[in-house]
Amino acid sequence: MNDVMEKIQTKHTEAPAKKEKAKVKKVLIICSKGKIEDVYAALVMANGALMEGIEAKMFFTFFGLEAITKKNADHLHTATVGNPAFMPGLPTMLGGLPGFEAFASYMMKKEMDKLDMPHVTEFIQMIDAGGGEIYACKLAADMFHLKKEDFLPEVKGIITVGDMYALADGEGTQIIFI
Amino acid sequence: METLVMNNLKVDVNEEGYLKNPAQWTPELAHEIAKEVNIELTDRHFEVLNWLRAKQAEGVALSIRKVGNSGLVDIKEFYQLFPGGPLKISSKIAGIPKPVSCI
Repeated sequence: MNDVMEKIQTKHTEAPAKKEKAKVKKVLIICSKGKIEDVYAALVMANGALMEGIEAKMFFTFFGLEAITKKNADHLHTATVGNPAFMPGLPTMLGGLPGFEAFASYMMKKEMDKLDMPHVTEFIQMIDAGGGEIYACKLAADMFHLKKEDFLPEVKGIITVGDMYALADGEGTQIIFI
Repeated sequence: METLVMNNLKVDVNEEGYLKNPAQWTPELAHEIAKEVNIELTDRHFEVLNWLRAKQAEGVALSIRKVGNSGLVDIKEFYQLFPGGPLKISSKIAGIPKPVSCI
């Protein structure tokens, strides 16, 4: 019995050949939503990656495209209806009152300002300046009738899903979908 | 307390290599730390380092955005000067604590 225990113990103490910790080298962040909190999650992670010396690519699709249009990038809203985590005590019907969503979004942006969080267009400029690349989804752009000139100047191109996967080429890449 | 010895310069650093006391910093030390990350410091680097040190001394929580809005250097140049994580690397070279900003 003791022999067996000893064997088990030695087995446990013998550390397996240590592998070099595989680092994240690149992130591809896909943003498919246009709500302010989802877009910021994508932007913070992309910018945060660059700050750590990690390569970052962004692909905006469907409602996420709103975040990279000249027209709406700085006018994103949060959802006050169908969002149970938003003011949990608030009756759903109130969230749907005219102007409520705009007011809630305004308040949210004010809080973000306090934390020194940049507006979407400035954030995108920061990511671009840091070497991050931003792309729009061709299928969604076609669907919403958006053209190159509708997007912010930092948007590098309107690309297919195949091209998007090519952005993730290379070892140590992580794809994040929002 | 860990001690870092570089070319006869002795300073106290934390486990990540950041200086524990910014007052122990000297330009010579900056050159030594920068060598470790393959950066050859120029006057331009020192302008940024001195700005960072001054702001840190004022108690400002540093972020990439603040550096970009400093009027001294834009974000693009900041990334070029300190490639591979500009805020962290420049803070380490400037002898100030590791920044805690997410932006």
